[in-house]
Amino acid sequence: MRKLSHPDHLAEWKRIIQEERPAYQKVIAVSSGTCGRARGSLQILETLTQEIERRKLSDTVGVEATGCHGFCEMEPNIVISPEGLFYKKLEAKDIPAIVERTILKNKLIPSLVYEDPATGRKYPRQREIPFYQKQMRLLTENNYRINPERIEDYIVLDGYQALAKALFDMTSESVIAEVKASGLRGRGEAGFLTGKKWELCREAHGHPKTIVCDADEGDPGAYMSRGLLEANPHSLIEGMIIGAYSVGASEGFICVRTEYPLAVKHVTLALEQARKHGLLGAAIFGSEFHFDIQVVQVAGAFVSGDETSLIAAIEGRKAFPRQQPPFPAQQGLWGKPTNIHNVETWANVPVVLNKGAEWYAKIGSDKSPGTKIFNLGGRINNTGLAEVPLGTRLRKLIFDIGGGIKNNRALKAVQTGGPCGGCIPAGKIDIPLDYDTLSQAGSILGCGGIIVMDEETCMVDAARYSLNSSSEESCGKCVPCRVGTKQMLEILNRITRGQGEALDITRLENLAAVMKAASLCGLGQLAPNPVLTTLRYFRNEYDAHIREKRCPALVCQGLLPEKKKAKNTRRPETGRKAI
Amino acid sequence: MDIEKILKESGTSQKDLVPLLHKIQAAYGHVPPESIAAVAKHLHLSESEVFGVLSFNRFFTLAPKGKVRVTVCQGTACHVRGGGRIVEEMEKKLGIPAGQTTADKKLSLEKAYCLGCCAIGPVVVVNGTHYSLVSPQKVDSILEKAKTAE
Repeated sequence: MRKLSHPDHLAEWKRIIQEERPAYQKVIAVSSGTCGRARGSLQILETLTQEIERRKLSDTVGVEATGCHGFCEMEPNIVISPEGLFYKKLEAKDIPAIVERTILKNKLIPSLVYEDPATGRKYPRQREIPFYQKQMRLLTENNYRINPERIEDYIVLDGYQALAKALFDMTSESVIAEVKASGLRGRGEAGFLTGKKWELCREAHGHPKTIVCDADEGDPGAYMSRGLLEANPHSLIEGMIIGAYSVGASEGFICVRTEYPLAVKHVTLALEQARKHGLLGAAIFGSEFHFDIQVVQVAGAFVSGDETSLIAAIEGRKAFPRQQPPFPAQQGLWGKPTNIHNVETWANVPVVLNKGAEWYAKIGSDKSPGTKIFNLGGRINNTGLAEVPLGTRLRKLIFDIGGGIKNNRALKAVQTGGPCGGCIPAGKIDIPLDYDTLSQAGSILGCGGIIVMDEETCMVDAARYSLNSSSEESCGKCVPCRVGTKQMLEILNRITRGQGEALDITRLENLAAVMKAASLCGLGQLAPNPVLTTLRYFRNEYDAHIREKRCPALVCQGLLPEKKKAKNTRRPETGRKAI
Repeated sequence: MDIEKILKESGTSQKDLVPLLHKIQAAYGHVPPESIAAVAKHLHLSESEVFGVLSFNRFFTLAPKGKVRVTVCQGTACHVRGGGRIVEEMEKKLGIPAGQTTADKKLSLEKAYCLGCCAIGPVVVVNGTHYSLVSPQKVDSILEKAKTAE
């Protein structure tokens, strides 16, 4: 297809793609994100392709490498369309049987079908598996229908139609009004209203304005950005172009971690394809709007999660944050107005325009509309990426979707929002997951990391691990964060070694208060959260460590009874199955 | 590939610094300390500014690294599943602490904070190849394969 120079060309292109597509009777989608590849999905892909060719089925059966399907626990897995059959944990030796029995004879292979460990019931179809069935997948549903290396797959699924609508049927102001009306909030730590941010940026003086996509996902235990970048890069690119049109930006940056080579590859390729087809660059869709995007590989610093430090990183300086205001929407990159969102926020924009603000605002809770992708990790049965409406209760996420706690142990706490988030105790499991409720409970929604801790987790040790992470990531610019994280860590180290003092708890609380009040950026302000929440909900464990010199969960090596000590020698110093 | 050639292909403003360092590290395996002056001159920066960015970002290294890079994830999810033990085991087997290179200059051992594969941890990456659900027992075979890796 030539360059699209008119919005009508989009529908025409879609028609051409559909006509020219091989008329496959079945399509096998192999989940091939980074996790899938690590579990051998490329070998599955190769064996499948060979087997299909050997049996001369290439004209009727298609094999596609797609991004992550979300159910990481079951990698490598495939989805066979049109039936939507789901086969899990495959090995190369399973392939001949799959082709012989399922592809040719339409018979199921029971051993490869997902079985619910709690009920023993088998679920052959992907959409019926509780993990998927109980989600609401606005952003991730298409992952198994898209080969991320082909723009055509996105076009067939009505991709770039929201952009055409924005450019030709709406003014910049009306796009902003629509996004504002949808109530969409940033899917990062602050949860600021997206439309409001756009408005600020549009009204700010200065030219040229820029758009940034923060895909520098340094938050340990969270990889939803990687999932989206690898699986459906065009969705966030489309969102960014719409955002650029709304605020009047001419240049955009996508900042990806160097640690995500596959994401860098897919997003770079997607940008080239969009440019080739006139969806990016000069005169988008033949309009008078010009905008282009570059990929920036950031070289690994968690602090770049702060908007101002990300700006410094793009400018080629050390990733130090600075005082706000002025906000980046007013003075950002090179002092010009800049609009920054993370991957998930940008990917929500086309959804808002396609479905309409009114429809979108009805999903989720009143003040937090839309869906959120959560990363289920830790001591939970179904690890992976789950997308649910905001306001969904934590219980549903952990037990209905996540399949409960590993080895049927008792839930103790859930850490939300990564190392800067707090620990929610099991007693508060019915808490709705939205920005405001979590912040009242002392935690944050953050980018959506959920780490499940069971009865064998020591909460003091868990807080210590988070502080260790924060103190290593602190950039060192402001004193409260640089010294505060270090001092807190040293006190926690002492407590877990059995050298805690009665005064330590007051010291921790004082340090936390100073850090919260005086740190320059979110990292320092939020770093005390794990300590404060564990102090609030698990004070007895601190007391046991300090007064009784005892670790109730039998994790802290320095505090184990002699007999246990001998047994535990093979376990890591930092905690047996901790967190 | 010499530094001059890399510099010639690069832009000359401050925002080109990180991409330039990436290119130099890709060509040499590390950023040679003697290249700092040339980079600073090319971008009209002071040497201390270049050194600052270089040492701030943990991806860059001034010391030569081995051809084989073994990275062990220490993110929250891998930590939970015993990532710390994997590092200890590797350190013991290789006889070097994490962050260093073996005496024959062939293999470097590194720690990373979250490689984003949390569901399948502990994760070890050898020159771009991921190993998942690594146990201390698997360390030997991974290192054996690593020695023959390109």
